[in-house]
Amino acid sequence: MNSFFEYFADIFRAVKSLLTGMKVTGRYFFSPWEIVTQQYPENRKTLKMYDRFKGEVIMPHNEHNEHHCTGCGICETACPNGTIEVLQAKIDMPDGKKKRIIDKHIYRLGMCTFCGLCIKSCPSDALAWGQEFEHAVFDRSKLTKTLNQPGSSIIKDIVE
Amino acid sequence: MKEIINLPVKNVEEEEYHINMGPQHPSTHGVLRLVVSLKGEIVKSLKPHCGYIHRGIEKMCEKDTYPQIIHLTDRMDYLSAHINNHAVCMLVEKALEVEVPERVKYIRTIVDELNRIASHQLWWCSFGMDMGGLTCFFYGLRDREKILDIFEESFGSRLLHSYYTPGGLMMDIHPNFQKNVKAFIKYFRKKIKDYDELLTGNIIMQLRTRGIGVLSKEDAISYGITGPSARASGFACDVRKHDPYGVYDKVDFKEILGTTGDTLERYMMRMHEMHESMKIIEQLIDNIPEGDYAAKMKAVIKLPAGEYFQRVEAARGELGVYVVSDGNKSPYRMKFRSPNFSNLSVLDHLSRGCKIADLIAIGASLDYVIPDIDR
Repeated sequence: MNSFFEYFADIFRAVKSLLTGMKVTGRYFFSPWEIVTQQYPENRKTLKMYDRFKGEVIMPHNEHNEHHCTGCGICETACPNGTIEVLQAKIDMPDGKKKRIIDKHIYRLGMCTFCGLCIKSCPSDALAWGQEFEHAVFDRSKLTKTLNQPGSSIIKDIVE
Repeated sequence: MKEIINLPVKNVEEEEYHINMGPQHPSTHGVLRLVVSLKGEIVKSLKPHCGYIHRGIEKMCEKDTYPQIIHLTDRMDYLSAHINNHAVCMLVEKALEVEVPERVKYIRTIVDELNRIASHQLWWCSFGMDMGGLTCFFYGLRDREKILDIFEESFGSRLLHSYYTPGGLMMDIHPNFQKNVKAFIKYFRKKIKDYDELLTGNIIMQLRTRGIGVLSKEDAISYGITGPSARASGFACDVRKHDPYGVYDKVDFKEILGTTGDTLERYMMRMHEMHESMKIIEQLIDNIPEGDYAAKMKAVIKLPAGEYFQRVEAARGELGVYVVSDGNKSPYRMKFRSPNFSNLSVLDHLSRGCKIADLIAIGASLDYVIPDIDR
């Protein structure tokens, strides 16, 4: 007789546990404002990433198309996987000396692991994180970027 | 070809047969291949085949400098990336005898515990999904999103942070960090009740896990199981308690030990651990001392020649880092003792004699991350 009651009590307990779970899902069903979802492609215009978000490495330029990069190549040595390549050029200074400046700062986004060592190691704060995150392209070669803009030069007060 | 033709056809029902579970199976949580030997529905033996996601991280470390190694350890156990970073950073600091500022220790401990909660939340999601409850997956990820938002605001990325450096941190915490963490703790204390109502008390889940895959304390020790899976068997192995690092010696938390060692107990251990982690964070979050966020380090870090070992408690068990240095700026040999690899070795022992559906439950309760197994 005891096992008979135990059998039905088990069934009752089982149904109760299922209903407890259903209560949770039911609560969210009737209070949809508690569920947080982002309508991502639709909210593209209003979507703003955090300031520190690591989207890609950029080289900020000012309004005169000038940057801080001296072309020293410390970021290239700091990078763990050869993402950055700094190509240097030599120019003749007015006083007859030759001076090394940056020719191209090549950044391969497809190889970057976003560790941030280049930005941390840069002695002149020429690199920064950009907030752009939609990096999908149809051709792999488009992921190789030149960070210094064409015709750009180094900010004068750094040279002095 | 000849052997296949000569197979005795009449005894097919009596015979053992092998099936491949994985590499593309949702319940292996990655690319792990289990060759399961079955008789009917009963598992006779099991052979894990690793190496599908082997990237040679230990070998790659040998050409990298010590700050560069950090970003590779992120990619081993990606769900406890901060804790992996912590192990390497502490090893370098121990070898160079650098004392990191107190502020760094506090922040590291808080972030580690947040990472542990996030990892256990994802484990809870996938555990529910393996049991057939897709709802768990959505609810768990919803709460994990809160932690990831805190990480994203403060460290810039959601999964692979590379936030610790030898000697300190990459950058200071965000001004909103403390406020957000306190808000999260308040939020999650409420939401963790949902977890219990939804899955812990569920009769189907209870019947599928109670008494399944029982691991004794002796076996746990001899197989080298660590983490919540071993504590479920009563093996006190919490590195945070027995070999404290960070500021774990200053906080009050319990090392919860189980008794039965079955799948349900392993589940309960992780649920309790989330509560304990929240307790640790609450004790620390208001008391972060002022100071520098990094100690002064040399530009090129060279460890003195010798052998070094450091262990931490990752979300799945004990992570050990072993370095042989010859005095150069990169290690001569680097070895990671990953918790998942040892935890995987017990799967054959646990699943013998179980049904194949129980194998899924046991695997889910051991909570393996495949990139950590293969490295």
